Amino acid sequence: MRRLPRKDAVIVGLGWTGAIMGHELCQAGLQVVALERGPWRDTASDFNIGTAPDELRYGIRHDLFVRTAQDTVTARNRMDQEALPIRRWGSFLPGNGVGGAGVHWNGHTWRFLPSDFNIRSHYLERYGEGIFPENHSIQDWGITYDELEPYYDRFEYLAGISGEAGNVKGQILPGGNPFEGWRSRPYPTPPLKMQHAQNLFQRATTELGFKPFPLPSANMSQAYTNPLGVTLAPCTYCGFCERFGCANYSKSSPQTTVLPVLMRHPGFEARTECEVVRVLKSPDGRTATGVVYVDAQGEEWEQPADLVILAAYQLWNVRLMLYSGIGRPYDPNTNEGVIGKNYAYQANSSVNGYFDNQLFNSWAGAGSLGMTCDEYNGDNFDHTGLNFVGGANINCSTFHARPISARPVPPGTPRWGSAWKKATRDNYLTTTNVGSQGSNMSYRDCYLDLDPTYKDRLGRPLLRMTFDFKANEERMSAYVTDKMVPIMRAMGAKQIVATPKRGPWNVVPYQTTHNTGGAIMGDNPRTSAVNKFQQVWDMPNVFVLGASAFPQNAGYNPTGTVGALAYYAADAITQQYLKNPGQPLVQA
Amino acid sequence: MNVRSEGFQMSDARLSRRTLLTATTALMGLVAAAASARTIQGLPWTGNEVYPPPEVRPGPWLFFTPDEASAIEAIVDRLIPQDELGPGGKEAGCAVFIDRQLAGPYGRAEGVYMQGPFPERPLPTQGFQSPLTPAQAYRKGLAGLAAHVSRNFGGRGIPQLSGEELDRLLTSLEKREVNTPEFNGSEIFDLIFNNTMEGFFADPIYGGNRDMAGWKLIGFPGTRYDFRDVLERPNTRYTLPPVSLIGRPDWNRAGGRG
Repeated sequence: MRRLPRKDAVIVGLGWTGAIMGHELCQAGLQVVALERGPWRDTASDFNIGTAPDELRYGIRHDLFVRTAQDTVTARNRMDQEALPIRRWGSFLPGNGVGGAGVHWNGHTWRFLPSDFNIRSHYLERYGEGIFPENHSIQDWGITYDELEPYYDRFEYLAGISGEAGNVKGQILPGGNPFEGWRSRPYPTPPLKMQHAQNLFQRATTELGFKPFPLPSANMSQAYTNPLGVTLAPCTYCGFCERFGCANYSKSSPQTTVLPVLMRHPGFEARTECEVVRVLKSPDGRTATGVVYVDAQGEEWEQPADLVILAAYQLWNVRLMLYSGIGRPYDPNTNEGVIGKNYAYQANSSVNGYFDNQLFNSWAGAGSLGMTCDEYNGDNFDHTGLNFVGGANINCSTFHARPISARPVPPGTPRWGSAWKKATRDNYLTTTNVGSQGSNMSYRDCYLDLDPTYKDRLGRPLLRMTFDFKANEERMSAYVTDKMVPIMRAMGAKQIVATPKRGPWNVVPYQTTHNTGGAIMGDNPRTSAVNKFQQVWDMPNVFVLGASAFPQNAGYNPTGTVGALAYYAADAITQQYLKNPGQPLVQA
Repeated sequence: MNVRSEGFQMSDARLSRRTLLTATTALMGLVAAAASARTIQGLPWTGNEVYPPPEVRPGPWLFFTPDEASAIEAIVDRLIPQDELGPGGKEAGCAVFIDRQLAGPYGRAEGVYMQGPFPERPLPTQGFQSPLTPAQAYRKGLAGLAAHVSRNFGGRGIPQLSGEELDRLLTSLEKREVNTPEFNGSEIFDLIFNNTMEGFFADPIYGGNRDMAGWKLIGFPGTRYDFRDVLERPNTRYTLPPVSLIGRPDWNRAGGRG
């Protein structure tokens, strides 16, 4: 192993959080290196308009995602089962390369509800201890919505989010989400244009007493120049968004918002195809001294640094902490330890509607083209007597009809032959969908640790995931899905198929890439891995960014909150930590 | 094992780009020993760099034996029959698509985690757990299928079965009625079924969906990439013909594409 010259900060992973943190640290005068295990990616070469709209390559063969041969997880539903490796991604799709998941996301950009951050104390106060499910480990975040609001704002203005404000400084505005937390100013850009399905949904939900509003979108409704001076272009509704890079510079990503500035910063360099394998510690174990990484030739390098930022995807942050012995690993039998604790996911559902005489043309869509209703999300509705915690947003979005994967036919249709062919032709343009995105609480026996059997290409144990959907989530999903069926009926569907979320969790069908927890934030080092500034309690010069910090998952896409927390941590480092480096920002 | 991050289909362009960058990296003297790992300062964009997949060309089978090929052609034509709605799987190039896929990175399970152990009975929730690459699974599965057909259809082969007989056979495979320790009929059915649908609906650059038959059947306009006009006219039939990554057949003057 060869030792490289010291840097002020090393960042593991160059996606959204790594790019945001890199820029803030460089602006503060630090010398920063980011280590990214995937390749460099830029719009012109890697998401070129002549190659980007390729469903087989990107949608089916997963060209933008990490190869399972490079890294994967093992999975099981219960602690008494043997976990097996996910050999082909299915349920979730971890990104790879510069830009990370920010390249291939759909762009739904939410703020969590104020009550999501103090969920434990909020429900306790309103409903009493009896509302919580058996074996739960639901925790408050140790941060309030009010503290995070300015940072949500910063991320939304960095990314140019298109939307309609529902609450500006406490004033409820028509057309926006009346349930959202206050925002200091409106969205930077107006909402996207809607498709036929959203028009029907808006009419139906309004008739039924809902207050529908446009889904906040990182697909641009118009050209936008962000505070860093980087310009995004208007979305063309091409229908190749999630799983794809955008050829139009129309989807906010590190490439379209931060990297053009960050890469030219004299204090910054990126090393690609360099995989960090562990964080190095001082002999007393109190401080990180840098990282070890392996380059594409298998050569090991030591990169010393004063500050270590873990900005990989949620799963890999947790894995790196477990390998490196940062923080105490979680033990589900004793409920002690913190690393790997409170892994959570999301409980989503769908209602398909088959129509006779409507042309939805769903191939004309955008990742975040949708209308949403928030009446049954979080604690926006009375949970008394419902026997579950949490909720879901209800949305009608048109993001693609790519034909290998999106060819809905009514139940009972054969899978092949002339009858299949006819049904496919008859239903392809005339089917639409209402979905729900549901919260997922945390439980003592849903967690991450190191697998005892399976190793990666470098001989290190794979991360092991033990997870299932619990009765709380199934009841929540059934309840919310029941509210979606009348909407689809009012939209005029001739046939309706409702699919609430049911266990057991299966690794094969795609569900969502909203994996959370494992290095959770909180106000107590006994029950959380990082403080509210994302600083490791036991190792103050290590900060861990991303959804690994979520103590449980809400009924929204995570990226808005991930971006806000990254800015919050960056401010804490540049305004407080650097004045007195190596010290905890919160006293345990 | 050295895992290429762009293992999908590495083009010559990507290779030469790597070589060039290696030289650059060495000049910068930062990580001199790293060949494809890169140190980047500034925006490393250069014009006209793009990494298309190689276009499938007509020609001899690259993976299938002649017997395997005629069996696959017969099967894809029952899964997607030629009828009054348009071409079937064979005419649409589904067998060619599968052949080229199996001869490439997909067939070799490139980038797929293939380390054991492979348990006998994974949970139904644990997904794909076979030690076989797709190419190996086809070779073994098609041999098993040929033996099964020979035993049960009087010594004939798949191409000699009538349409009705073949439909009956495929239905029994699909319904897991032909799973024995020696021959897993549902596994080979699922593989062929999924790859056939991919072939019928993937971009024609991969050899299937010939003349965009799959897209024309359902009304998918392909890779036009700009549908702002559609948003202006909701609930209206789209009338422009589809376009693929390799254009449209009528853009090529003599002899069609290829």
